[in-house]
Amino acid sequence: MSTTRAAAILLAKELRLEFRSREILTATVVFSLVVITFFSYVFEPTAAESRRYGPGLLWIAFLFAGSLMLHPSFAREQNNETLDALRMAPITPFAILLGKLLSNFVFMSLTELVLVPVFAVFYNLSLAGIAGRLTLVLMLGTLGLVTTGTVFSAISAHARMRELLLPLLLLPILAPLLIAAVEATAGLFAEQPALDRTWVAFLAGFDIVFFSASWLLCNFLVEE
Amino acid sequence: MRFRIISTLFVAALVFSAGYAALFIAPDESTMHEVQRIFYFHVPSWITSFTAFAVVFASNILYLTTRRLQWDCLGVAAAEVGVACCSIGLITGPLWARPVWGIWWTWDARLTTTFILWLLYISYLLLRGLLEDPQKRASLSAIFGIFAFLDVPLVYMSNRLWRTQHPQPVFFGEQGSGVDPTMSKVLLLCVISMFAVMIPVLIDRYRLEKLRHEYDELRLEVENRVTDPRFVPTGGHA
Repeated sequence: MSTTRAAAILLAKELRLEFRSREILTATVVFSLVVITFFSYVFEPTAAESRRYGPGLLWIAFLFAGSLMLHPSFAREQNNETLDALRMAPITPFAILLGKLLSNFVFMSLTELVLVPVFAVFYNLSLAGIAGRLTLVLMLGTLGLVTTGTVFSAISAHARMRELLLPLLLLPILAPLLIAAVEATAGLFAEQPALDRTWVAFLAGFDIVFFSASWLLCNFLVEE
Repeated sequence: MRFRIISTLFVAALVFSAGYAALFIAPDESTMHEVQRIFYFHVPSWITSFTAFAVVFASNILYLTTRRLQWDCLGVAAAEVGVACCSIGLITGPLWARPVWGIWWTWDARLTTTFILWLLYISYLLLRGLLEDPQKRASLSAIFGIFAFLDVPLVYMSNRLWRTQHPQPVFFGEQGSGVDPTMSKVLLLCVISMFAVMIPVLIDRYRLEKLRHEYDELRLEVENRVTDPRFVPTGGHA
């Protein structure tokens, strides 16, 4: 079976699993809403202040939510001992990783789809005219987050205290992604919205570096 | 044993002479005066820690390609030494910055990168502690180590790009190219003595880790034999 087809089947399996229980999505959206609400205590959410702090706040909410949401991705397989079944299937290890990665990308994108409009309403920011460019930044940032996050979820699934371990491993690695995504988003929320090409290129570079590393190392990641 | 005593004395003499040279022989710096002498401890600690992290990266790759546990042992030994040196750098840095820049810390590219580097390798050591199975511990921590090392240039680049677009904080120029020749000689001596301390520590830690692996394997073997029904105790009094 080709890698793409195997990954597509695994993606369908993850989506079916999630849409039956809706556990991960609900928890992630609610958690992000709590974070966003709490930030309103930190500064006065007028339009001008929101333009200054908003992008950072939004991305911190996403990274925290991601570092919690990505945990079950491999831990669930580990708990149910289904990872062995996946390993025995006649598919490449990269297909397993890719299926997980794509499903996490879908979950994270759905969370953002709910969160960004709510955020814009709560913090008096306008999304008119920047929706397309904002989607690009969100997609690039999310790809970097889920690529590293899925790999680290596979790592932490084997460890003790894994719920605590995943954010510890993931968040320091994401520091450059946070800076780039926040700066790119800040450019779009400015009074004269502009897409900063440097940061978009940086985000793309981050994604390429870690996606390639995941592809090269995935054999070691899912081995027995 | 004799070699050990002689080498210990040699390293001690080297460290003493480096300390003496840094405090009394190196010339006085024109603007920072005595405070600047911490430079002779700060820079070598940074050089040794970065070397140690490069060793971690190399041994991670070597482990994944060869599957020999000795590379895993070298990886953990180098990571511990690297974190120790990096901590020295992170402590001496603010001590130097406070009287010279007027602040303990600034979120400048190099400082931020070092701090994140330190956090990443602490996570690496923490991860190792939380993985029980030796094979899993070796391969999974090697993957994390490679990701962490790949992240370092990205952290540096992002912070540089970011800070150049923002107003610079109070920042004193670095040591320029016109360093006094005595200063660079003293610095070299300090770097050598720092390595002379770190390399034996690294080797000892490496040996300790190998012994631990051997001990674990032997214990596992004994446990297997004891639970094996065919096992007949020998050598005792019947």
